[in-house]
Amino acid sequence: MAGWQTHFGIATALPLANVDTDQLIPARFMSVPRSEGYGDYLLHDVRRDASGALRPEFPLNQAPQASVLVAGASFGSGSSREAAVYALVDAGYRAVFAPSFGDIFASNSVNNGLLPARIAPEIYDELVSLIGSSSSETPCEVRIDLQNGQASFNGKQLAFALDDTWRMKLMNGWDDIDLTQQHSAQIAAFKSKYAQTEPWAMPASSV
Amino acid sequence: MSQQQTLLDKLWAAHEILRREDGVSLLWVDRHLVHEGSHHAFAKIAARGLPIAAPDNTVAVVDHYAPTRGRSKIVDPQIARMIDTLRQNAEKHGLRIFDLDDPTQGIVHVVGPEQGITLPGLLINCGDSHTSTHGAFGTLAFGIGATEVAHVLATQTIWQKKPKAMRITIDGELQAGVTAKDIALHWIARLGTGGAQGHAIEYAGSTVRALSMEGRMTLCNLSIEGGARFGMVAPDETTKAYVKGRPYAPADDAWDAAVIAWDTLVSDADAAFDIDINIDAADIAPTVTWGTSPEQALPIDVPLPDPATLSPQKSELASEALDYMGLTKGQSLVGTAVDLVFIGSCTNGRIEDLRAAAAVLAGRRAKVPGLVSPGSQLIKAQAEQEGLDKVFTDAGLEWADSGCSMCVGMNGDLVGNAKRCASSTNRNFKGRQGRGARTHLMSPAMVAAAAVTGEITDVRVLFRDRSS
Repeated sequence: MAGWQTHFGIATALPLANVDTDQLIPARFMSVPRSEGYGDYLLHDVRRDASGALRPEFPLNQAPQASVLVAGASFGSGSSREAAVYALVDAGYRAVFAPSFGDIFASNSVNNGLLPARIAPEIYDELVSLIGSSSSETPCEVRIDLQNGQASFNGKQLAFALDDTWRMKLMNGWDDIDLTQQHSAQIAAFKSKYAQTEPWAMPASSV
Repeated sequence: MSQQQTLLDKLWAAHEILRREDGVSLLWVDRHLVHEGSHHAFAKIAARGLPIAAPDNTVAVVDHYAPTRGRSKIVDPQIARMIDTLRQNAEKHGLRIFDLDDPTQGIVHVVGPEQGITLPGLLINCGDSHTSTHGAFGTLAFGIGATEVAHVLATQTIWQKKPKAMRITIDGELQAGVTAKDIALHWIARLGTGGAQGHAIEYAGSTVRALSMEGRMTLCNLSIEGGARFGMVAPDETTKAYVKGRPYAPADDAWDAAVIAWDTLVSDADAAFDIDINIDAADIAPTVTWGTSPEQALPIDVPLPDPATLSPQKSELASEALDYMGLTKGQSLVGTAVDLVFIGSCTNGRIEDLRAAAAVLAGRRAKVPGLVSPGSQLIKAQAEQEGLDKVFTDAGLEWADSGCSMCVGMNGDLVGNAKRCASSTNRNFKGRQGRGARTHLMSPAMVAAAAVTGEITDVRVLFRDRSS
């Protein structure tokens, strides 16, 4: 995964709270291999009518070039399905700005280079109206500065909250498996001590 | 005197290999449970050519896509492929797999405890948000995403920032007809879906102590619906009595050593919690969701809200939810006609749940169709031994094999578009049980009551009818 420091793109808004992972990607699409791409499944059942055609009035459909999403509180609450993040990333999104996120969704985002930027509820309201007054001819342009936790939406400067560890991971594109393998000696030492002090915790041989 | 510790502190310390300067810990994972949905993670480690670090600590279960009818011959090629992929990965890496033809197959969060794979004091991960279920044993158990599943497969460890500690204390006696499910929906309605975000919940109090392990699992299972990745109950005699003698549980000397360790797994008397919530059990009524988020739940006898009277944020959500659910503001939940019922899932598919539903259905006919899918094939066999299957089928409900089934619909068990389902499951999200499906979450006894009358019903009334 490549790291990134700044991003310049177009914002769209989904001004709803509790956009859960079942809405982000309905379960029936999750057997598809990642290599086939998940972008078409993003918010499938709210973005499309029963025939599968895009609903022109749905905000995301009005801004197909958007890469920044502003959404309501508890975005990504629900299941641990990382496919919810794949759908956003494969549809071209690089950041979501919301007052709060589902915990598992947020860590899944960081593991896929997607910024879960927390903003104050008042700022959320301002961004929604700012984006509401934009159009496809005059879209809301966004610049994100990851290092400094700053973003500007059509010139409106704001700060967003992001855990320092997550900031470093996003900026450096770190892969946890590589990081962990540097600690293999400590893991081995823990494991052998643990087997002695907590023998009951070892897996029983198969029955 | 040493610092007073919470149960969370003790479990965290026992598994912490190291802590980085930024406060993130590398934790040892005792048990890792994988299922068909873990295919992304297996693909990730295959792409890097990595082996599984600890195959003996890794267990595979077929559940999310498990057919509940006619499983010997799977018709849907996509479902067959998902299950085959898990089989191939289990075979390749030498994992114990609870496959469709295994008499002990079931839902991963039911099989773990039932087999003694889940034990107090362990750290358990699974690529499923309801992994908090295992916390009922005094276990540090939490759901993870696919990248994290790949990490656990490759290293048997997980990076995690310690959550804050939250305690929900419930004291007193539950009214008849009120269950662990109602406790969970009650607190989630009170605190909201984000109420426990960033926290690990410890459930305490006399009501929790009086719950069976099944009830405790239901309570811990639903923690994520209130935003918490972790939910737990300190182990006690009830816990030990449940675990003892299970196939994978420690025996002999290992059991004695385990009990010594488990008896220390309790929050110290003066340990501090970041959030402390108290609930009086007497205040909890049978609780039912009316909207599209688990926080949109009400006691059965309270009319639906008028969005105009709610805060601006809640108002819009409520209007939208009422619209999706085909309900009207101010109407009573009682008497709302349902199209079908479902009893099952990792939330409420255990033997106690089936008994509670059967107690309501015995000698009665269901007015609507429905499906009963036990949490495991062992529970299915036990229920059949007790004659519960006969109660369900005599009532007109379908008695099926075990899996996640209609809770998430991946196996094809779906609620139809705009159909209303009384469901013992965990999520009433839009489209969760199928596109356009309208889900009302409630306890198994309440689902059975809805089956009997064909509408949402206060199960306490049916109990009264029976005793008169």
